[in-house]
Amino acid sequence: MANGVERRRAEPGFWGVHARPGSRARWLLGALPFVLVMGVYLGASFVRRLDNPQDKLLPSPAQMLQAGRRMAFEPDRRTGDKLLWLDTRSSLKRLAIGVSAAAAAGLLLGLNLGLLPGINVLLQPIVTMGSIIPPLALLPILFIVFGVDELSKVVLIFVGTFPVITRGIMLEARRTPREQIVKALTLGASQLEVIYRIVMPQLLPRLLEAVRLSLGGAWLFLIASEAIASESGLGYRIFLVRRYMAMDVIIPYAMWITALGFGMDWGLKKLIARLYPWYSSEDS
Amino acid sequence: MTGPIPRSSDPKDKVLYVENVCKAYGGKVVLDDVDLSVRSGEFCGVVGPSGCGKSTLLRLILGAEEPTSGRILLDNEPVGPPDPKRGIVYQKYSLFPHLTVLDNVLLGKRLTLDFAFRRQAAALTEEAMALLKQMRLEGDAAKYPHQLSGGMQQRVAIAQAMVMRPSILLMDEPFGALDPGTREDMQVHLLEAWEKSKMTVFFVTHDLPEAVYLATRVLVLTQFYRDERGDGYPGRGAKVVGDYDVAHLSGSTDLKRRAEYADLVQTIRQDGFEPEARRHVNDFNLKHPDSWRSLRPEESGG
Ligand SMILES: Nc1ncnc2c1ncn2[C@@H]1O[C@H](COP(=O)(O)OP(=O)(O)OP(=O)(O)O)[C@@H](O)[C@H]1O
Ligand SMILES: [Mg+2]
Repeated sequence: MANGVERRRAEPGFWGVHARPGSRARWLLGALPFVLVMGVYLGASFVRRLDNPQDKLLPSPAQMLQAGRRMAFEPDRRTGDKLLWLDTRSSLKRLAIGVSAAAAAGLLLGLNLGLLPGINVLLQPIVTMGSIIPPLALLPILFIVFGVDELSKVVLIFVGTFPVITRGIMLEARRTPREQIVKALTLGASQLEVIYRIVMPQLLPRLLEAVRLSLGGAWLFLIASEAIASESGLGYRIFLVRRYMAMDVIIPYAMWITALGFGMDWGLKKLIARLYPWYSSEDS
Repeated sequence: MTGPIPRSSDPKDKVLYVENVCKAYGGKVVLDDVDLSVRSGEFCGVVGPSGCGKSTLLRLILGAEEPTSGRILLDNEPVGPPDPKRGIVYQKYSLFPHLTVLDNVLLGKRLTLDFAFRRQAAALTEEAMALLKQMRLEGDAAKYPHQLSGGMQQRVAIAQAMVMRPSILLMDEPFGALDPGTREDMQVHLLEAWEKSKMTVFFVTHDLPEAVYLATRVLVLTQFYRDERGDGYPGRGAKVVGDYDVAHLSGSTDLKRRAEYADLVQTIRQDGFEPEARRHVNDFNLKHPDSWRSLRPEESGG
């Protein structure tokens, strides 16, 4: 007993493998790096603007706020669009179409690869091969074949995320216990029903997890393709204003993209918990 | 010792008929010429030491695997891949984690009736709820399997299989993962369900007392026996060495205190589980009226 008391007292708040930060310390410690980064930025920005009030490299928060407001609420002089929303809409649409198509195709292909040995033998080599090709290396081909409009961007996102999703679903499908398939057959399931009524519903939360994981890559492909050829889009805009070194636009845009990515990830997580209450507790 | 062992039995009036079944994995023989027959309504307990091939035999009957040689008849027809004529309850993985308890029990009906299910949904739900009630689970119908204890999950699995009214209900160590108290409760639940439905059960366990308590008939499958092929013979596998009619003992509440019960458990343990006390093929204890077997001359020595 004395031993237990001693051990509890010895438990450090921060250092070492036994550390157990308290609940308030958790928040403070987590926020600390953010505060540090912001502090360093503000300091550096302040010093540079002392030298040269016109400095563009490290704009002050007020300058960024002003630029952000202009992009979000003032119609563009040339086109009359509110650029931030226009860009957001274009980008999210490309992202949504590309990722949804990849998710649907990945689910179907992954299921069949995972459960049907014949299909697996037929298609797995080419899927594996395809997943090794760096998608960005295909971008010029996509531009040539599909033109520089929407299609090539959507196809790039599709090509970039589809193999990862397929592979994830295939591995999960293959992990279905043999017993469960036999059980379903004794309950009168046909082979197709085993795939689409027994295994597929169990993999839907996994699919959303796979989508969550592939969103990072999807953003990368989106911004890359918008940077090269586009008329609108978040990636297009930051590469456009780069020519004028407009950091006061680039930084708010980058923060907006981060916020969008964070929001999607969080939203998907909540969606999984809501739609599939049986899911998260399954592993624990 | 015991009367002569019948050399054949009539498959006609049997639910299950297993004839000359051998199963080998690669060069390793697991089941070595197994013969047995089971009549309708029997609660058949199958015991034997770990690794003797009980689960293998069950998978063959289920149709999840095929015998290397021999044949298996269910209701006088050769068995094919798994179908609703055979129900199965495993130690785990019997339930579908994404379905509620009620949907798990109704799944078989949904799959077999397809579009007709809708018209009969109310009646079928009522039937499923009655089964759940019998298993004392009527309050848990809307829960998911992960919200239930291991014993409750197995009760759902039994209801899920029973709804289909299979010709034979196969169970592979269904209570193997439960603690002793829960296990005894489960035995009572299962016996109750069996008495009500009069279904045929094929119950695999390595827990001998459990088998004697539950079953009307105990089959002993083991690789511990002697024959004229010699001890080192490479192609040896497990056989049915004992087949006991224990219907008079089955399920009686004071059974576990009766001397007769303890004696029987002891005898069967000797027969099947003790490598030193191996019986010769000619002296197997196959007393049960439905018992039969074929022997090859090189095994019996004549
Ligand atoms: N798919 C397989 N491939 C190779 N060998 C197998 C396979 N399945 C079972 N075996 C072997 O067959 C033998 C019997 O296995 P089985 O699982 O039927 O035993 P069991 O009597 O059910 O044992 P337990 O009481 O431990 O469950 C074991 O030696 C096992 O290694
Ligand atoms: Mg086993």
